[in-house]
Amino acid sequence: MRLAAPVKPSSAKTEQIILFRVSGQLFAISSASVQEVRSADSISGAATDISAPGIRKVRHVLRRGDRSLFIVNGAMHFGLHAAEGTLLFVLRKTRTALLIDGIEKMTSMTRLQALPLSFCHEERQWYRGLTALDQAVIPVVQPEGFLSSEELALLDAALLQMGNSDGEAPEGENPTP
Amino acid sequence: MTVSAELELQSFVLLRLGERRFAVSAGQIAELVSPSRIFRFPHRTPKLEGVILRRGRIVPICDVSEMLLGKRLTSRRFYLIAVRNYGPQREWVAMPVTGECELINAEMIAAVESDAPHVAGWLSHGGEVIEVLNLDALTPGPEQALAGSAAAGRAEARL
Repeated sequence: MRLAAPVKPSSAKTEQIILFRVSGQLFAISSASVQEVRSADSISGAATDISAPGIRKVRHVLRRGDRSLFIVNGAMHFGLHAAEGTLLFVLRKTRTALLIDGIEKMTSMTRLQALPLSFCHEERQWYRGLTALDQAVIPVVQPEGFLSSEELALLDAALLQMGNSDGEAPEGENPTP
Repeated sequence: MTVSAELELQSFVLLRLGERRFAVSAGQIAELVSPSRIFRFPHRTPKLEGVILRRGRIVPICDVSEMLLGKRLTSRRFYLIAVRNYGPQREWVAMPVTGECELINAEMIAAVESDAPHVAGWLSHGGEVIEVLNLDALTPGPEQALAGSAAAGRAEARL
């Protein structure tokens, strides 16, 4: 399923989001950040195994033309109970495809609150903030927060070792949408 | 009591954690609320349990019992919501407490260098000597994260 590029929201204060689950935990992501939703089964033939030291959350890489998309296991990224994942979010303007359990629903948020400053570790890279929806608080993920530049460098090095790096866009360049 | 002695009295809220009582400057207290639903999500900051929704604000819950008592208390009666400073920014943080809180006026003796960083001072009340808490040192924030990374860096350097 390919998602259409989002149209400008009617209200400046409203943002379309997708609520999704990873190991039973609910998260939100801006629908504008999701380029494509695929079933994990549909990419199983196209994905190649990859192993980079210290990056257990990425085990597969997907070739897309001259780009490589690293498949990040959402459960392992967030330190949740391991789950296989059934759906894949291809994240716009990143080299990440996120493996999730499923989509809960699409909705909109009217207010994104900054993550309280007490949260002062990796979660500050993971989340754009928190939103209150139906009397629940849901973290809104940051698409760029799944792979740091150091992790991307390690993954690129692993790709080079695999001999699959020809034509790969150097890190930091904006990938072609 | 002389006027000068009266001027030195400050207001504190006494909170109970298990068998012990601690004090926080009353000016830092926002409110005392009944426990409500905690929303949990993945994170890596120690001592933070999750967040609660209060008056439209998302307030982190910080369990300080382990740091203050050396053991974690599972029972809780209220959340004491206090203001925590993060440099120029101020935010609410909720601390679980196990009993009623009390507002008192007392004179604080300032902490000395040998006191733990989370001790802002001491006061005497009802025959007890009570720690006045420095919430900025007791609860997590960017400065602790930086100190933590620096300590980790030093530990690595030693290896």
